[in-house]
Amino acid sequence: MSEVVVKTRVRLARNLKDYPFECRLNADEKKEIAEKVCKILEKSEYDFTRYDMEKLSQVDKIALVERHLISPEFVSNNAGAVALISSNEEISIMLNEEDHIRLQIIKNGLFLEEAYEIADKLDDILSEKLEFAFSEKLGYLTQCPTNLGTAMRASVMLHLPALQKSHAVVRIGNNLSKLGLTIRGMYGESSKPSGALYQLSNQVTLGISEKAAIENLKNITNQLITQEIKSRASLSSDISVVDTVSRSLGILKTARIISSDEAMNLLSNVRFGVSVKLLETLSLDSIDELICEIQPASIMKKYGTELTVSERDIKRADFLREKLN
Amino acid sequence: MLCQHCQKNQATTHVKSIVNGEYTEYMLCSDCAKEMGYTSLWSDMQGDFSSLLGSFFSNALPERTQATRCSKCKSSYNDIANSGKVGCADCYETFYSQLLPTVRKVHGNTEHCGKRPKVFEKQTEDKPATESETELLKKELEKAVEEQNFEKAAELRDKIKELEGK
Ligand SMILES: [Zn+2]
Ligand SMILES: [Zn+2]
Repeated sequence: MSEVVVKTRVRLARNLKDYPFECRLNADEKKEIAEKVCKILEKSEYDFTRYDMEKLSQVDKIALVERHLISPEFVSNNAGAVALISSNEEISIMLNEEDHIRLQIIKNGLFLEEAYEIADKLDDILSEKLEFAFSEKLGYLTQCPTNLGTAMRASVMLHLPALQKSHAVVRIGNNLSKLGLTIRGMYGESSKPSGALYQLSNQVTLGISEKAAIENLKNITNQLITQEIKSRASLSSDISVVDTVSRSLGILKTARIISSDEAMNLLSNVRFGVSVKLLETLSLDSIDELICEIQPASIMKKYGTELTVSERDIKRADFLREKLN
Repeated sequence: MLCQHCQKNQATTHVKSIVNGEYTEYMLCSDCAKEMGYTSLWSDMQGDFSSLLGSFFSNALPERTQATRCSKCKSSYNDIANSGKVGCADCYETFYSQLLPTVRKVHGNTEHCGKRPKVFEKQTEDKPATESETELLKKELEKAVEEQNFEKAAELRDKIKELEGK
């Protein structure tokens, strides 16, 4: 299963009834909201590290985006924008993003129900002390009407090298909107995603329960897994594919300069090789970790924030040689 | 402003993203936004709600001098349509009929189904029926009459008649 599903993510948006939405808040009100939420969570069983966006450097913020712990939008939010992140990085809560509260649960592999359960529990803890904006008719009220209703986005990050190679992803994507789902590239431009990593998520939040939306997403995910694994099996006996996998690992082990795009695509080939047992010495987990660590800001965090793009590409190559040899 | 990708169409979607380690913001037309995957809402899946509203109201009337404003946050409907952002929870009541077509277009539904805060669970034990679409429109109508916004009141009256006639 985890050969195809890299990560599961469930997000909930909530707003406090007594405050206007984020676009109409001033800095003091934002800080008030952030303190209220932090105080409640301090007393909970969870252990969070607090990050105030106005105190973080740009590189630190972007590195959090690369680890999927905050959204790109959150980078430009400042006063009162706070992220709470659990020590295992499974739970992250953004305060004063587009909505007052956005909580996110990430799990490795396919664990939709489990992730939702945690989100649901956190939501209960918060709603005991806070009054959320809610209407019987429209559900949880959000700044953007596209999130009305359950205000829940569930998604799975999929590695689909075989389906990408046969151009099947585009075809599948065109049929998904009828089912209330959407698929897009995770990194790079969606028309040509790097690393064959895709994100499949529910698009409709009003008129469908959390349970039904998750069920729907899970069904389609399972169909994609089956198709991907079937296509991988036929590819793995193709000598030119086997050659590409070996060469990819060879380049990663020996290169002196490498861009994040190139590294992503080579790692994707290697990940495919591991999943079909062409490469026995590496694990899927270690490759997924590398995909995170070679992102630009993550490299800068490790080797210095003043690095230029080309210096970064040299450091990235050093890092990969060290990790893979 | 022209789309920063194709340089041809009018830009309608504001996209914020991380490109090669740099935080970038740019404006795209709805076609390019769609092609680049920014079609559904939510942070890294930035949405096209503002463009949707924009196109929906592209031939709307200019703002009336006495535009209705939300009594809590002072947003007018034009503020919401232009920014793609609703001002507060009360706006959803104040501008219910104007927002409804867009909500329907986005979700294909207009009625919530799923989790409710515990407070509401208790309340509805003695008051089980939820407000219907017509009841909400009637509330809005009362408000419009109060504000002497007769043009809007007439529109609402027609809508209610239509729904009740079904
Ligand atoms: Zn364009
Ligand atoms: Zn309002």
